[in-house]
Amino acid sequence: MTTLAIPLPKRPAHPTGVLAWLTTIDHKKIGILYGVTAFVLFITGGLEALYMRFQLAQPGQDFVSPEVFNQLFTMHATTMIFLGVMPLGAAFFNFVIPLQIGARDVAFPRLNAFSYWTFLAGAILLKLSWFLGGAPNAGWFGYAPITGSDFNPGHGIDYWAVSLQVLGIASLAAAFNFIVTIVNMRAPGMSLMRMPLFTWMTLVTSFLLVLAFPVITVALIELMFDRFFGMNFFSIGAGANPLLWQHLFWIFGHPEVYILILPAMGIVSEIIPTFSRKPLFGYPVVVLSGVIIGFMGWMVWSHHMFTVGLGPVANSVFALTTMAIAVPTGVKIFNWIGTMWNGSIDLRTPMLFAIGFVFLFIIGGLSGVMHSSAASDAQQQDTYFIVAHIHYVLFGGSIMAIAAGAYYWFPKMTGRLMDERMGKLNFWLVFMGMNISFFPMHFLGLDGMPRRIHSYDSAMGWDLWNLVSSAGAVVLAAGILVTIINMVRSAKQGEKAGADPWDGRTLEWSIPSPPPEYNFEQIPTVHGKDAFWMQKRQRVSTVPVAGASGDSHDIHLPQPSYWPLIASIGLLIGAYGLVYSATWTGIIVGAVGLATTVVSVYAWSFEPVNEPVEGAAGH
Amino acid sequence: MAHAEAAAHGGEHEETSTGLNHRKLLMWAFLGSDCMFFGSLIATYVVYFGRSKVGPFPEDVFSIPTTSVSTFVLLMSSMSMVLAYAALNRGSIKGFRIWIASTAIMGMTFLAFQVFEFTDFANHEVHLDCVEIRTNEAAIEELTDYEKTFVDECVEGVDEFEEQHGLTPRTNLFGTTFFTLTGFHGAHVTLGVIWLLSLLFFSFTRGGVTPARSLDVDLAALYWHFVDVVWIVIFTVVYLFGVFPGI
Repeated sequence: MTTLAIPLPKRPAHPTGVLAWLTTIDHKKIGILYGVTAFVLFITGGLEALYMRFQLAQPGQDFVSPEVFNQLFTMHATTMIFLGVMPLGAAFFNFVIPLQIGARDVAFPRLNAFSYWTFLAGAILLKLSWFLGGAPNAGWFGYAPITGSDFNPGHGIDYWAVSLQVLGIASLAAAFNFIVTIVNMRAPGMSLMRMPLFTWMTLVTSFLLVLAFPVITVALIELMFDRFFGMNFFSIGAGANPLLWQHLFWIFGHPEVYILILPAMGIVSEIIPTFSRKPLFGYPVVVLSGVIIGFMGWMVWSHHMFTVGLGPVANSVFALTTMAIAVPTGVKIFNWIGTMWNGSIDLRTPMLFAIGFVFLFIIGGLSGVMHSSAASDAQQQDTYFIVAHIHYVLFGGSIMAIAAGAYYWFPKMTGRLMDERMGKLNFWLVFMGMNISFFPMHFLGLDGMPRRIHSYDSAMGWDLWNLVSSAGAVVLAAGILVTIINMVRSAKQGEKAGADPWDGRTLEWSIPSPPPEYNFEQIPTVHGKDAFWMQKRQRVSTVPVAGASGDSHDIHLPQPSYWPLIASIGLLIGAYGLVYSATWTGIIVGAVGLATTVVSVYAWSFEPVNEPVEGAAGH
Repeated sequence: MAHAEAAAHGGEHEETSTGLNHRKLLMWAFLGSDCMFFGSLIATYVVYFGRSKVGPFPEDVFSIPTTSVSTFVLLMSSMSMVLAYAALNRGSIKGFRIWIASTAIMGMTFLAFQVFEFTDFANHEVHLDCVEIRTNEAAIEELTDYEKTFVDECVEGVDEFEEQHGLTPRTNLFGTTFFTLTGFHGAHVTLGVIWLLSLLFFSFTRGGVTPARSLDVDLAALYWHFVDVVWIVIFTVVYLFGVFPGI
């Protein structure tokens, strides 16, 4: 028998400073990394939007060129969806889920770190395109064949496709991790129907991610093969059907919409009961509605394609399924209202944002139901009405809920409360700004203004509402600025929060803020829904589980690791090479990157969970 | 330390809510995801079936007997995978090595067939026996649609017509979708072979592959069987339906 002796660098035992962040596999730190990175990227997406609103404020302007304008709207949407809302959701998954289910970490801590670094790699690659020959310019759903090399010869689309693949790897890895974590790592007694709503919605979202991302992966592979190797997936001359891309994209794209909104619904379902001092009204119905939304999200994709001529039968079927999917959403809204009904409502900032979410999401939902009628949609397709709708559901919906969640869990993350007065100012600026900016888009759309136009003529009569919309964008930007100031100031000098500032219901509030590295000294036993609330009200004791000794020095946590970071760096290099795979340099760079990743994955597999620490042997 | 050891070695004894091991659950989730991956590739192949504007078409290039052999080899590799896992659980490390090696060899045989097939398709030649065609009316009916387009080449004085018309990923929609689909399947098999060979390699290291850590082999087996099942679908949908469109 030979012993394998590959000289591997030791696991960093107790890294400090920057190295601690680079090698961390602690879900709480990774959550914070996700949150901060995604917020910065969200701001870049916001700046891209501001450029567009400045350009459209007056008719016939030339503030940015048409070419740049195309890149702006593509990058704005791609950024907000893949680098903003999704990773902001992931920030909460990471930070909150293990705490809510009473676990010490996620199931695969190193895979979790890999997800974050790979997400960062994808983000860097996408944003690099601005500086390396131009950003992608075909819209966020990149309809082929306009993305083909005949019509789009630059590298912008290559960056777009390759970075979305990298982001897909990150999302898939994270989704696998959270499925296993939620299914397998719940504290004793936490049956599925006792799980907090946010955990439930994360589970549904993870399943959607796992099943939807492979479809866009294949669509992007086909696009890349056409571009890189001259294949025929989207060559109309060879008999290809341009609808192939549209179908594949929207089979991914519509579940993606629910990937963006279900976590938001989960957050709101946590906040509204807490600040109404009532349990969630109709918990099983809310859970079931979320699951039904996740399921039906697969049956509505062609409502994005009502005008391509699928025929009356297909259009009718998809119109009906689209109308039907509004039902579980409506059920949830009634449940939130029912929760607030007769509650003793505390209008703190998280609650304000949550109520704002409900209000704005109703508006976005209603305009969504308007699109579900295929005949009516023919009028609205590709107009600003759609732009208004998507911003009501994604800003009024997802972002408002994420802001609510940020105010709600900030004290748990940092140990300090965010300033309440600035919070109120923040809410009202964002709420007003968003409505001033996005509501007039309904009028513009019904008046026929197409989306994605660089400029318009004064004679069209669109001047007033465009100006109002641009003014609203400035108010909104001011609101976001207040968020930044409030976060930075509160993190340093906010009021101390204590373990349970909101009189919370779920397990994360039962441990100190910020939580210790091992989260729970003793893994709690759960006796019902709203586990912590029961603990506080009925004085149900937490029975320690066998194995948890209660002595925190005895809790073994896996040590940090270099390999997730190095594997992701390899992916970044490899993906960069792939963009230039038509050249030998590109192929070599790509191979180097791939080799780095492969070596890291092997090293990772054979790395012990803990490097034996000298003098600490013999447990 | 014992607990950390167990966790390091795959954590067979971990307490989980479902009783199912973390890594096994992860593998199932991954396979679910991979189903959607192959589902999308197969769907692309199917919607483009029969839409190619130029040949060669499936019935021109496919050789069902050849591919049946490679299919058989791949299916048999699933059996030897089962035997490898069983041998390990029995505690027979030698049996494990024999069966895991034969699984890997059968996987590589399948890949060799695929390489042969791809090169064969890329060098496909249209071959017409012009004498037969001139003398026997029924002979034209025997030709494939693609070959019929070359019948006019059989002018007076030409006894035999031969011309290379290879199928590459750029040739037509069939080439594009066929090579992409089967290529990604081949990539999955390749990854599986590397995995199997890694297991074989680590069975020679101390504590590398032991009955207590049979989960490592179990996961590879799950993956291997999945790749096999995907091939059954591809063989049916692409090869059999391609040559016998009637069924």
